[in-house]
Amino acid sequence: MSTLEARYALALLLALPSTAAFAEAPGPGTPGFGKPVSEADIAAWDISVMPDGTGLPAGSGTAVQGARVYAEKCSACHGDNGRNPAAAGAGPMVSGPIAGIDGPKTIGSFYGYSTIVFDFVRRAMPYNMPRTLTSDEVYAVTAYLLSINKIIGETDVMNAQTLPKVKMPNRDNFIIRFPDRI
Amino acid sequence: MGKSNRRGDGGGRQLNAVAGNGLVDRRALLGRGAALAGAMTAGIGTGLTSAAAEPLTDEPWSLETGAVTPPLQTPSRFEKHVVRTLSNPDNEFRNSHARTPHHLLNGSVTPNSLHFSINHSGLPDIDPEKHRLAIHGLVKQPMVYTLEALSRYPMVSQMAFLECGGNSAPMFSPQPFQATAQALHGLVSCAEWTGVRLSTLLEETGIDPKAKWIIAEGADSHALSRSVPMKKALDDAMIALYQNGERLMPGNGYPMRLLLPGYEGNMNVKFLRRLKLVEEPAMSMYEGRTYSQILPGGKAYRFYFLQEVKSFITHPSFGHSLKGPGFYEVSGVAYSGTGRIAKVLVSADAGKSWAEAALQAPVLPKAFTRFRMPWRWDGQPVVLQSRAWDEAGNVQPTRAEFVALRGETKAPPPILGFPNQHFNSITSWRVESSGEIKHVYA
Repeated sequence: MSTLEARYALALLLALPSTAAFAEAPGPGTPGFGKPVSEADIAAWDISVMPDGTGLPAGSGTAVQGARVYAEKCSACHGDNGRNPAAAGAGPMVSGPIAGIDGPKTIGSFYGYSTIVFDFVRRAMPYNMPRTLTSDEVYAVTAYLLSINKIIGETDVMNAQTLPKVKMPNRDNFIIRFPDRI
Repeated sequence: MGKSNRRGDGGGRQLNAVAGNGLVDRRALLGRGAALAGAMTAGIGTGLTSAAAEPLTDEPWSLETGAVTPPLQTPSRFEKHVVRTLSNPDNEFRNSHARTPHHLLNGSVTPNSLHFSINHSGLPDIDPEKHRLAIHGLVKQPMVYTLEALSRYPMVSQMAFLECGGNSAPMFSPQPFQATAQALHGLVSCAEWTGVRLSTLLEETGIDPKAKWIIAEGADSHALSRSVPMKKALDDAMIALYQNGERLMPGNGYPMRLLLPGYEGNMNVKFLRRLKLVEEPAMSMYEGRTYSQILPGGKAYRFYFLQEVKSFITHPSFGHSLKGPGFYEVSGVAYSGTGRIAKVLVSADAGKSWAEAALQAPVLPKAFTRFRMPWRWDGQPVVLQSRAWDEAGNVQPTRAEFVALRGETKAPPPILGFPNQHFNSITSWRVESSGEIKHVYA
């Protein structure tokens, strides 16, 4: 789509019935310097993945596939097979159970939701090349990390349907500190 | 206090000590030079220096024209030691921190150049012209704001402390680290923030009543993301554009950050580029893992939000050395994420007796309050402590009380790490007869 076409598309979008809703949206007396935008135009930034799977993209992967991605793009910092990380800031991906108040906080020992892994890998990893993995690669690496933590099997397929159904071992061990502030 | 430097003047008035080991009534500080002079000369071990001053002469800088006035001024070359300490000076592939040198500062405001900063993936070099803030999700109309647009909105200014959830984490160690207030407590600072109330912008986008949380996300390469309750967003949340009167420092979120006064630093998302209204929290890495605290029984706290009532003595503290017996001002900072500081007590005998410190006005909610306590040291070993109360009645715990609930690590943790978070107990400084100061658990 050319820039000109995009402009027409936006104009069309704004001319649609939602315009009426927008006209009511600004409260009385607000300066109104915000520019209306469509959810479609925010899509490139809208990478949040919710615990129920909302926001997960199309695609899929298994631990077997993820092992290859991990070896190529993750192991330099996080260590072979998720152990003995080489970079100071990269914690191990696998550990024994929580042994004290300082952890270890790993996927198997601590994370309450499988979507944390997907969301963080997609938004922040690899550290020096964030948001360069394809959705299939993110699913595959997520599957690999869940698999080496013995939460899923090596050939279990992770996708938008299966990933949020993975029950994390530590899920029920959290206490909301200040529920009255929610 | 010129008067108090004259030996013997004003000595007619004696103030009784108000707590053990030489703590003097705080009213001695309230502009009553004569009273203070009395306090200094009264009782045993006055220790006032009696040697006369040298005759005064002109130094070279008084006899020549000085340097040109620069456009951006920096501290004197004699203050080069007053800097932040770094956790990752070589920018290795990991996060980097810079800590505020509390033991070298005074007052209640942290200079922007010395405000603490934690960056999980370095400092983004953001062109403010190209930066955008999107507000979307459960709104009536998603909107995008430029910095220029936000700059035209009604603004508010608010003094607010900002504290990393991991501040003071070295005190989870079973043995006290011999370290400065900067090393122990340097991940808290206080500034005046100016910007647009988030509620003003949400009024413009409209809010779907189903919205209970806002996911806030930064423009850094981590796209750092946290979930914030709508309750806080509509209370006192701000899109901060200015810090102590100037644009935000890059390390503090330039060109805009979310400011949630009193809430865990990491939730105050820097480089803010997106706010998504949602029904449930995202359980992002930093709320689902990093800033969830493991409790001694193995369960963990999630959504701690608040930085609870806390104080620590900055003067004197580790790294200082007392120059013999005599008068000193014990001072430090107190703050609470709940509201105003109500009172601060100071002890010089490891908590056996306490006296109320003077609070420097104005005492503002969710901001640093400087406390001051006159003290006449007799040269014997003492343990100095401060303990704060906030206006909601919350009291800062002793370390023993804190550890009984929250535990400690088995071995000393890395002093730069956050093995656990939200540590707010009393800090104890032991002053040796030599004047050296140690960090102790008392």
